[in-house]
Amino acid sequence: MSKIKLPSKPPKIDMTPMVDLFFLLLTFFMLTTNFKPTEAVIVDTPKSISDKLSPDKNVITVFVGKDNKVYFNIDNGSDSTSRIRRKVLLKVAEHYQVQFTKVQVRKFENLSSFGMPVKDLPRWIDATDQKVRDAMQTGVPMDSLNNQLEMWVLMARNENPNAETAIKGDYGADYKTVKKVLDLFQKYNMNKFNLTTTLEKVEAKLDNK
Amino acid sequence: MSEIIANEGGGKRKGKRRAKKHSTHIDMTPMVDLACLLLTFFMLTTAFSKPKVMEIVLPEKKEIKDPPKLDKDKVITVILDEKDKVYYYLGLAETGKPLPILVETNFSKDGLRKLFLNRNKALFTNITTFNEAVLKEKKNIPADTLKKQIRALKKADKVGPFVMIKAAENVKYGNIVDVIDELEITNVARYAIVDINLLEKKMLEEKKNAPKK
Repeated sequence: MSKIKLPSKPPKIDMTPMVDLFFLLLTFFMLTTNFKPTEAVIVDTPKSISDKLSPDKNVITVFVGKDNKVYFNIDNGSDSTSRIRRKVLLKVAEHYQVQFTKVQVRKFENLSSFGMPVKDLPRWIDATDQKVRDAMQTGVPMDSLNNQLEMWVLMARNENPNAETAIKGDYGADYKTVKKVLDLFQKYNMNKFNLTTTLEKVEAKLDNK
Repeated sequence: MSEIIANEGGGKRKGKRRAKKHSTHIDMTPMVDLACLLLTFFMLTTAFSKPKVMEIVLPEKKEIKDPPKLDKDKVITVILDEKDKVYYYLGLAETGKPLPILVETNFSKDGLRKLFLNRNKALFTNITTFNEAVLKEKKNIPADTLKKQIRALKKADKVGPFVMIKAAENVKYGNIVDVIDELEITNVARYAIVDINLLEKKMLEEKKNAPKK
């Protein structure tokens, strides 16, 4: 009578290859991740069938929120050594005679979109609490008396002539506000716009009746 | 010297001391756990889909001395109004002539899309057959060339409508995008966003005040 001996110990699995694989993937994802910078406002973009990808460098973005507040963002350009954000900030600060410390300028380079008058920018940069920061986002002034958005656009355009424009408007935003932004860009001969939308595939068929 | 060693050796009863046999296996489970956790975190935080954009090109803001004459039969004017309302009329509204009839429509499949499709039949079928041919032959055409060819098709089209998008007061931005989207779906080649004029405002007012049937 031969008995099949059951192994008394559970079999050991060699986990080394698994660990290898995990670490490989982990390294890959860690290196490829670039954290989405926190945007100043949550924008519910309209849907469209366009599948063109938005440019991620050399782009001047204007956000138009649901409440018709306008936010501005510009990136550092395709060559990050050109430090476009810094140059634009310094130019605008000079124009409005707002003082920024060196630390503030450096911090600003790594920040994202903002929406406030220039004089509030230093306080926004220094704020550490996200809630305080969010509360300060009152929109970039763009009325005819105090058109700071225009100054930002003009300076951004001067520093980075290759920049494209992107407009990220909320579905519920007033067209009037968006139109104002479009007009402003057109004033400086920028006639091509990228409207940020969410992809939604739609098929149209012609019925031959 | 050798004596001393011998003495020392003699002191021990069992000869050479052996290192205790340890298994070289390290329990890797916690490490795997951690790696797995981090991996999941990074995979989820990675932005997989970049946002999409719709490109529009607006006409330059220059005073044009003699604007190109529009073929009256080809013009469709879409007028947007607050509360997601949308109207259209065919032809041109001119002073001193009877005003065209303003028709209310909507953003659904049977609204604007049907209108544009019907008017843009020739170009739409052209582009659809072109797309189908590309799919059938399974040619490996770069996306850029494909887009260029479609653009050429659009340019060559002579019968398609010219759509003017006009917005009244308090129109949502999303509605404008919706209209442009409909135009893209139906492959309309020529469209523009134009400011609303007084005549159209009047027409809109009249339409709104007209008793509903």
